[in-house]
Amino acid sequence: MTESFAIDVRGMTKRFGDHTVVNGIDLQVRGGEVYGFIGPNGSGKTTFIRMLCGLLAADAGEGSCLGFDVITESDAIKRQVGYMTQRFSFYEDLSIAENLDFVARMYGVENRREAVREGIERLGLAGRQKQLAGELSGGWKQRLALAACLIHNPRLLLLDEPTAGVDPKARQEFWDQIRELARQGLTFLITTHYMDEAERCDRLAYLSYGNLLTHGTAAEVIAGAGLSNPSLEDVFIHLMDSSKDNYSL
Amino acid sequence: MKKRTPLSFARFWAIVIKEFVQMRRDRLTFGMIIGIPVVQLMLFGYAINGDPKHLPTAVLLADNSQQGRSILSALKNSDYFNFVRELHTEAEAEKVLARGEVQFVVTVPENFSRNLLRGEKPTILVEADATDPAATGNAIASLRTLLTSALQQDLKGPLAFLAGSDGPVNLLVHARYNPEGISQYNIVPGLMGVVLTMTMVMITGLAITRERERGTMENLLSMPTRPLEVLLGKIIPYIFVGYIQVGLILAAARYLFHIPMTGSIPLLLLTSLVFIAANLAMGITFSTLAKNQLQAVQMTFFFFLPSLLLSGFMFPFRGMPEWAQAIGEILPLTHFLRIIRGILLKGNGFEEVILQLWQIALFAVVVLAVGVKRYRRTLD
Ligand SMILES: Nc1ncnc2c1ncn2[C@@H]1O[C@H](COP(=O)(O)OP(=O)(O)OP(=O)(O)O)[C@@H](O)[C@H]1O
Ligand SMILES: [Mg+2]
Repeated sequence: MTESFAIDVRGMTKRFGDHTVVNGIDLQVRGGEVYGFIGPNGSGKTTFIRMLCGLLAADAGEGSCLGFDVITESDAIKRQVGYMTQRFSFYEDLSIAENLDFVARMYGVENRREAVREGIERLGLAGRQKQLAGELSGGWKQRLALAACLIHNPRLLLLDEPTAGVDPKARQEFWDQIRELARQGLTFLITTHYMDEAERCDRLAYLSYGNLLTHGTAAEVIAGAGLSNPSLEDVFIHLMDSSKDNYSL
Repeated sequence: MKKRTPLSFARFWAIVIKEFVQMRRDRLTFGMIIGIPVVQLMLFGYAINGDPKHLPTAVLLADNSQQGRSILSALKNSDYFNFVRELHTEAEAEKVLARGEVQFVVTVPENFSRNLLRGEKPTILVEADATDPAATGNAIASLRTLLTSALQQDLKGPLAFLAGSDGPVNLLVHARYNPEGISQYNIVPGLMGVVLTMTMVMITGLAITRERERGTMENLLSMPTRPLEVLLGKIIPYIFVGYIQVGLILAAARYLFHIPMTGSIPLLLLTSLVFIAANLAMGITFSTLAKNQLQAVQMTFFFFLPSLLLSGFMFPFRGMPEWAQAIGEILPLTHFLRIIRGILLKGNGFEEVILQLWQIALFAVVVLAVGVKRYRRTLD
């Protein structure tokens, strides 16, 4: 398949009741890119990602994801996407190995045992595969979730705050792994509240109250803000303050 | 039009395995699976197994002969009967029974003694308050022996031939207030249906709502699945659970309660499969309709209560008003009760069973279709 963009959507909109949570967002993410999704709590990041993989029905919008129609072909999209949910959503009463095995079966992974074993090893979970997922610490749960998302060799990873509650060293390793996978051609859409992580993304988008306020590389976003010598964090705080005047909760 | 993924056996099987492991780890559910049949058997079994004695009895002695007196004194001496008083009219008999003052009215008819001595086998009428049939069974059985031995002394010498193999008198028992004469033989097999209805619907009733409340639904839905794979995958493991219960109750029926097993046990196990599946389907469909676990539990009870009351388990089916019978005919338990009692007690075969079985199967298919239709594939 030869598409220039892994994600190419226009006008994506989601309403809950009369509350517009995602308001006509356009987004283009290139293949192999690590794309950062930034915005305050409740700005619609999770909702947008859920629409991309067919977990929520969009009220408006069109476009493609991995070359498939984002509205009508969500089953095909799901097969090639790894979605890591914001809240841990694997089975706490299954062991690490059982969770991975379940996911591998669901995606019909060939050489399932091999894939599960690799997944466990890659994450340094060897020897702990019999431990119940519910007994893992927050950081280890995140690692397990990432391993599970990768088991079916997806082409696009949608990671919703994958490093929330993870210690600095593990976060460092996490990002090294992401950059390595991106180098191999995987595309990432990652939400985060950490500025250092935002800076490690190839490009960024900033959301506020469901609107995409700015996007581009970190340098472009900083330059576009028109502040004197700001950091990325200054820019976001500035955006957050100015967008508050235009919208009310 | 949305493009659909074809049904996949591998994904269905993945869910079966996952549910199995989760079920094994869930001590509470497992306890319920074993606990419910045991508790029910204890409760009902106590009532059934108890051999009630000293049942209040009135006697209407229309023939004040020596033989009549012998019967009266034999009743007074029996453990099973507690002689309350003598009656003089039919109306009186009617009244004491209706009020529940006595369990039995024994009527010795006019000319009893004369007919007896002529060898005409007179009839002794026993009217039993059968609202609690478990109470009356043993007493009535003992009455036959009691009468024979009471009359034995009078039937000596040339009259000895009257005390032949089937006794000197006819015993006519009228089970009042309970035309179907439900007995312990009815209750224990019925209990199997009741226990299965209760646990099977409850177990799967929580299946989908649990995934929603634990947040695992988001993950499940982000994978390419079809509703039927998920619903069937969640049903299959619990069929084994159902069979554990069937085994438990059948064993208790056989060895604890000595229920006769006239018909084919393999046939019973086969029909149980359909019945278990129907209840699991009902539960899983509730689960797709319910917003949370509490709602699922409430729906389960709304299903369980009519099943218990209108299926013929609690009250004789033919004694119910027509509207109640109409509802009862829809419920799987109604048909299962007829099947299991038919197989165990009457020795029914496949030809009789299928008349009820297809109705259970139809229920299962319709209910599962509703579940598949209502299964939400998004988080909206
Ligand atoms: N199922 C729902 N029903 C109603 N409102 C919802 C639902 N899901 C999300 N919302 C609302 O949509 C808005 C955006 O939520 P969303 O989870 O997308 O934000 P977010 O950017 O991911 O926030 P956070 O950084 O806290 O994760 C919030 O105001 C939230 O209350
Ligand atoms: Mg979020």
